[in-house]
Amino acid sequence: MESLSVHSIESFGTHDGPGVRMIIFTQGCKFKCLYCHNPDTIPMDKGTKYELEDLVRRAINMKGYFGKLGGVTVSGGEPLIHSKGLIPLFKRLKGEGIHTNIDTNGRILNAHTKELIDNYADLVMLDIKHINNEWHKKITGGHEVTYPLRFAEHREASGKPMWIRYVLVPGWTDQPEYLHELGNHFKDYQTIEKIEIQPYHQLGVHKWESLGWKYQLSDVEENSDEQLLKAKEILSEYFKEVKVN
Amino acid sequence: MSNRGFKNGNWNESINVRNFVIQNITPYEEDDSFLQGPTDRTKRLWDVCRVALKEERQNNGVRAIDTEIVSTINAFGAGYIQKEDEVIVGLQTDMLLKRAMKPYGGYNVVAKAVSEHGLEVDPKVKEIFTKYAKTHNDGVFDVYTKEIRKFRSLGFLTGLPDNYARGRVIGDYRRLALYGIDALIQAKQQDMDGLVGPMDDSRIRVREEVAEQIKALREMIEMGKRYGLELNRPANNAQEAVQWTYMAYLAAVKEQDGAAMSLGNVSSFLDIFIQKDLVEGTITEADAQEYIDQFVMKLRMVRHLRMDAYEQIFAGDPTWVTESIGGMLADGRTKVTKTSFRFLQTLYNLGPSPEPNITILWSQNLPEGFKRFCSKVSIDTSSIQYENDDLMRENRCSDDYGIACCVSFQEIGKQIQFFGARTNLAKTLLLALNGGRCENTNTLMVPGIKELEGEYLDYNQVIENFKIAMHTVARVYNESMNIIHYMHDRYYYEKGQMALVDTNPKINIAYGIAGLSIIADSLSAIKHTKVKAIRNEDGLTVDFTIEGEFPKYGNDDDRVDDIARKVVNHFNNELKAIKVYKDADPTLSVLTITSNVVYGKKTGATPDGRGAGVPFAPGANPMHGRDTHGAIASLNSVAKIDYKDSQDGISNTFSIVPKSLGADRKDRIVNLVATLDGYFGRKAHHLNVNVLNRETLLDAMENPEEYPQLTIRVSGYAVNFTRLSREQQQEVISRSFHDKM
Repeated sequence: MESLSVHSIESFGTHDGPGVRMIIFTQGCKFKCLYCHNPDTIPMDKGTKYELEDLVRRAINMKGYFGKLGGVTVSGGEPLIHSKGLIPLFKRLKGEGIHTNIDTNGRILNAHTKELIDNYADLVMLDIKHINNEWHKKITGGHEVTYPLRFAEHREASGKPMWIRYVLVPGWTDQPEYLHELGNHFKDYQTIEKIEIQPYHQLGVHKWESLGWKYQLSDVEENSDEQLLKAKEILSEYFKEVKVN
Repeated sequence: MSNRGFKNGNWNESINVRNFVIQNITPYEEDDSFLQGPTDRTKRLWDVCRVALKEERQNNGVRAIDTEIVSTINAFGAGYIQKEDEVIVGLQTDMLLKRAMKPYGGYNVVAKAVSEHGLEVDPKVKEIFTKYAKTHNDGVFDVYTKEIRKFRSLGFLTGLPDNYARGRVIGDYRRLALYGIDALIQAKQQDMDGLVGPMDDSRIRVREEVAEQIKALREMIEMGKRYGLELNRPANNAQEAVQWTYMAYLAAVKEQDGAAMSLGNVSSFLDIFIQKDLVEGTITEADAQEYIDQFVMKLRMVRHLRMDAYEQIFAGDPTWVTESIGGMLADGRTKVTKTSFRFLQTLYNLGPSPEPNITILWSQNLPEGFKRFCSKVSIDTSSIQYENDDLMRENRCSDDYGIACCVSFQEIGKQIQFFGARTNLAKTLLLALNGGRCENTNTLMVPGIKELEGEYLDYNQVIENFKIAMHTVARVYNESMNIIHYMHDRYYYEKGQMALVDTNPKINIAYGIAGLSIIADSLSAIKHTKVKAIRNEDGLTVDFTIEGEFPKYGNDDDRVDDIARKVVNHFNNELKAIKVYKDADPTLSVLTITSNVVYGKKTGATPDGRGAGVPFAPGANPMHGRDTHGAIASLNSVAKIDYKDSQDGISNTFSIVPKSLGADRKDRIVNLVATLDGYFGRKAHHLNVNVLNRETLLDAMENPEEYPQLTIRVSGYAVNFTRLSREQQQEVISRSFHDKM
């Protein structure tokens, strides 16, 4: 029986894709973003094994709640680490007529990933951490921005829907020049339906502490409404829909 | 019978309001954009009410009590809020929010309630009720067995309506407006003429009941005259239809102070009159809304005299003026009308409120515009609840029903209910672990239960004992109910309400259980892990150790959800096997009101890891914090309880912070609609919806004066949050608020 390493399941997800969704948070991520609010999903050696059929059963039980918009989102951690295992899961979900969505940092783009997102993911939400490579490395623990951008190119070429997600961290990711650069980079993409600004918050700090890790952004404050509005204004020049999540 | 320009049908030949509605309803499929705000008159009246409500809060929850008059339909003269502004008139007493004595339920309770507010019952009234008149409460305690007293005092049976009125009867208040009292008396007289020999007990009893009903109808005519209303004839226009309907309800709450005094489903009936007047151009939308606003305002001012101890089981001074709105007709049309919207609009025009207890009869086929409006109202006010119309219509075979009390189906005018409070089934489980003895007092409750053997609790042994315990509890429970309802009929018969119900209606007895989630989790722990009982010197369980993880109710996990389902099925079958007074049909609810706190107090530690005295989860809710897979997994677990096993209702309270419902208002509205469609699509029965921040509640605890209208849904009804005791407030706040993002 095939299984998946899962951190947790949220059966009433309303912030990770359209409509009411079942969110499967997979375990493990190679990035270690400074502001990560679910750092307990980072380690590769934790998680609970869920059999694929159990996940499918849960999703089927939720079908009535999805309405016209909802479905299943696989988030993480980084779900595409599990691309190979997700293919049979998404196949089954598609077979049940359930909308599928992947929430990814776009680091991985191998044969399995391509098969998964090209054939079975109705939507991909690509988290761009920063458009500038130096900042991207600083935030993610040394990873290059070229990978997520390459991933975006691939999705664009497939012609299938994509959302960009962007965590707005004061002093770290809200520099106007980089927001313009982000917009410029994606402005001609046809598959991007919207960009979601994810306000920065510190709700995950205690998790860093309990992991024995130091949280480095302790003195960064949450966004003011003004900051959110400003970022929204800039991005609105480039994207057809900008939403503060 | 004059048809006043309405479409004719069977309703012209006999008392048949349903037929009138079917023939004349104008279903409304659009959105809420037609709605109007309150008129100046309404605003002025509500201002007067707000001042009176403040006085009430400042005066220990009671504005005034009449200590001289025994309330009956006719006992008080006319009362007004501010006469010149009232388009719908009528108060229970001669003064706004003044409470009246209704001692036929039990004199001691009334005397205690009066004295708790520093007053004394008039000596003459006292003399009558201590020397000459017998009450329901006297009757019950004359005949209670020792066994019943034991189960009652040790907390296996709690909240029984043996010292307060049973309520739950819904009169068909629409009849007064459609037919007028003369025609209703005539119909009852005909029934009486048909009730001939042989004159056995039950025949004599029915004849006496109908005679009482006719008297009550005559009293209603007199009551109407005091307000200058000709209630003997049918209503001729919209304003009269609302007024007549309210007068019928008013008669009920003047005569009775039952725990729950539901209104029924009057909104779409009234819509027919309103729609006609609107079409004919005799009234405007503002007038229509004014009638409904003022009607609802009156319903909000209904009060009963309660003693403090009553608060434990029914906290927050509820009256359960439950009005059911929406649903579908058997012919496939919706029952939603513009007046369904107008009722909900009162929550904006007058602000949020627990009463009337607005219940949306949810069908997958409700018009989208109405679904969205309901969702919006829930998000803005947390004042309404939802029940599965598709499920009830199909299972109970009627499309003309209301909700009695919190969650219970009642066909209007055709059926009534005998309220049965509830039994503490978690405590019953402890009998199975303690050789049939009460875990707190060592009293032998159920003989014939073997002491458990072995180091760890054995699932099969526990189940076997539990079944023996349930068998006995069901029997004692039934016996107490038979006594209670026999005596209530005899000493506190609801003659006014029953006058508006068919003669000899079908009766459901409404049994109930509390502690379901604790039983499910306890049995799951025993089945899936090793549970050891820690016992005191008497051999009674005082605590448990659990080795390992076990599936918990509330996570859409069949391994435990099946246990919950089977327990309900089993106990229901036990009850169904026992004959009931007046041949009532047994039904069961999984509902606690606010008694989950006091039930918890009376129950020792349980094998699920719950400590002694800790509150239960309300209704059929999973235990706080144990539903770890999010809101829908939690809803799905509850949806598995089979309505066929629990036809009196399966209550679930869903509390969510606004942000978790969606990123913005538009998303939230759509997502809540999807949630309701999903939940009821899985044949679930009931859902309270609260959309609130925990911080708001915490702040309201500290600064109650700033939240005079803060309303929150608890098991099956809504309360004004600031009127809960501190303990109950804390319990509400400790509950699962779904707040994942």
